[in-house]
Amino acid sequence: MMNKRFTRILATSVAAAALVGTLGACGKGSASATSEGSNEITMWTHNAGNPDELKAVQSIVDSYNKSPDAKAQIKVQAFPQDSYNDSVVSAAASGKLPCLVDIDGPNVPNWAWAKYLAPLKLDVDLSKNLPSTVAKWDGETYAVGTYDVSLAMLSRKSDLAAAGVRIATVEKPWTKDEFQEALTKLKALGKWEHPLDMGTGGTGEWLPYAYSPFLQSFGGDLINRDGFQTADGSLNGEEAVQWAQWFRGLADEGFMATKSGKDPVQDFVNNKSAIVYTGSWAADTAMTAVKDDLAIMPTVDLGNGPKVGGGSWQWGVTSGCANSEAAMDYLSYSLKPENIAAMAKATATIPATDEAAAMLPEFAEGGASRIFMDFSRGYAVMRPETPAYPFIATEYGKAVQDILAGADAKTVLDKTVKAIDANIKSNGGYKD
Amino acid sequence: MTTTRLPAVPPNPAPSSPAPSSRRASAPAAPGKPRRRRHLREQLSGWAMIAPATVLLLAFVFLPAILGFGLAFTNARLVSPRPIEFVGTDNFVRMFTDPTFWRSLLNVSYFALVVVPVQSGLALVMALLINKKFRGVNFFRTLYFLPVVTSIVVVSLLWLFMYRKDGLINEFLSNVSFGLIQGPDWLNDPATAMPAIIALSIWQAAGFHMIIWLAGLQSISGELYEAAQLDGASPWHQFRYVTWPGLRHTRTLILVTITIQALGLFDQVNVMTQGGPLDSTTTIIYEAVRSGFKQQETSYASAISLVFFVLVLLISAVQRYLTREKD
Repeated sequence: MMNKRFTRILATSVAAAALVGTLGACGKGSASATSEGSNEITMWTHNAGNPDELKAVQSIVDSYNKSPDAKAQIKVQAFPQDSYNDSVVSAAASGKLPCLVDIDGPNVPNWAWAKYLAPLKLDVDLSKNLPSTVAKWDGETYAVGTYDVSLAMLSRKSDLAAAGVRIATVEKPWTKDEFQEALTKLKALGKWEHPLDMGTGGTGEWLPYAYSPFLQSFGGDLINRDGFQTADGSLNGEEAVQWAQWFRGLADEGFMATKSGKDPVQDFVNNKSAIVYTGSWAADTAMTAVKDDLAIMPTVDLGNGPKVGGGSWQWGVTSGCANSEAAMDYLSYSLKPENIAAMAKATATIPATDEAAAMLPEFAEGGASRIFMDFSRGYAVMRPETPAYPFIATEYGKAVQDILAGADAKTVLDKTVKAIDANIKSNGGYKD
Repeated sequence: MTTTRLPAVPPNPAPSSPAPSSRRASAPAAPGKPRRRRHLREQLSGWAMIAPATVLLLAFVFLPAILGFGLAFTNARLVSPRPIEFVGTDNFVRMFTDPTFWRSLLNVSYFALVVVPVQSGLALVMALLINKKFRGVNFFRTLYFLPVVTSIVVVSLLWLFMYRKDGLINEFLSNVSFGLIQGPDWLNDPATAMPAIIALSIWQAAGFHMIIWLAGLQSISGELYEAAQLDGASPWHQFRYVTWPGLRHTRTLILVTITIQALGLFDQVNVMTQGGPLDSTTTIIYEAVRSGFKQQETSYASAISLVFFVLVLLISAVQRYLTREKD
């Protein structure tokens, strides 16, 4: 009896699994088979998991669709961020890319090289936009963003005062020695197990985004930017080794954990750390919780000035788009100051233009978040504008994790350089 | 292992004799023509029944596999404007000279060598415990099976928090030992990361194999136990000479499925450690996915997959040979 029932349950579940599987396959199929009518173009975005951003995108699209000058009706399709790149790549493989896509800034050269993207021809002057929101490769502009993000050190003024540490400013950021001293003093207060939270538990793009600016401040880089053909000397030179030893040293001296918590900002708000190194997107949360006591400080000057990564999500037009004129027209429309302001507001990010910033009290002259614009203008280094970037990013991310886990810096960096150089070579230098 | 008597369960045919053939053999021999026609119809409906599965298998397993074998000898990329070129065994040379690949092989062997015996043993003990008539047996069956129903990604995320330095497990260890044991940072220490993943994997998957063991246990005729008891066999002897031989086919099935499942370790690693720290938890499949999707090196990932396929095939063949009917 039991046996029969078991067989029946097994058969039913196998059938159900098969059914779910086929439905899933169908769902995927129809998602990429976008039927684009003569006067309708499709736009893909990565923010299905971010309702605020999606709503802002949708309302800009709606207002464009309703405007009398609309050259086409835009249809928004949102994807979860985790599977967004895979969706675009598979759609490209089957020739079913939509007209408009959004792209994470550092991936633009890769997709431009693969001929997914067409050079932009907009009737907007981009020269006044934050340089890091305009993605160029090979002399052409391939994508443009309405916002950027930046990196900062957040702390409590009261804690810094108690430890006798000066608040770092844009004019006078902390130097390497000052940072060391600040951490020593904060640690001596005995309030925290680790006074510094660098977000070392992060994964994926966070690793190159957050830690390559330190490497660059030491004088190293992810790749030799002269021709983008080798990482030798940049990523395994003396400066790079110094960076690795400094970074690992922060953990060895007990200043930071080699693997921080899942949500460093929340840990900071809960007073589990004195200084948190995080993105501008977290400022709102911290401001709400810490209020006037919050100190937003630039990152550390490790020799060549403070650096932050430049480039966030941006918009591009695909090369196969049948109605690219309308797609370009929509992009120009979305770059109107009020639209840029709406996007920045919804995502708590830095607006791409001063004109838009003036519409947002927190980013206007004297606003609480204005300082992030200064960081972006003053410190932003683009992640290397080469089609090799996705590969470099994964290799560098692994190197960071290995260094934190205690591997020998020079060995790890040499291995990383070897892998990157081999990849560039096997792709013919990414020249074509 | 006390009395495993199941009076309610009728004796079932041994799993090795498939039902249709026995039915056909016992059916009265019908004369010539109608019999052939019925035979044809039976065959047709048989083909019709396996058709959906065959089509799906061909389209989603065999075709991609064959393509993958081909791609392993090229320089194909996930994203690239360059034409695909044949590069011979370049990918394999690179793989066999890469210490990370050998490390992943070692990690997977370690994982399989621990998981296969421990998980199947634990599952058998659980199956024996719930293969009885007592109040609330269904409660325990559900309880043991619960982790299997939960998605491995969810399970991994939960255990990720439990394994933290100040997580549930270390707090528990510290409390029961009155502060004597200060647990390690499980997933962030090369020495403990893999054992931690092994423990979680066994906990999550043992319930599934428990069900298979249970099915095997219930197919053993209750008469055999009665006879053994009349002969005065102790519970241990009953297990040794009735249960264990009766589980012969189940055993082979479980051995092969756990081994293949263990060799394919991926989800836990992807969610919890991303192969680290210092490659101590990386696996063959993780390396394939990492190079194929994150690093866009389709051809290298195909080469890794090809090696994995051959490996699984070899191990399964050896296991099949060792557990064959010896007569």
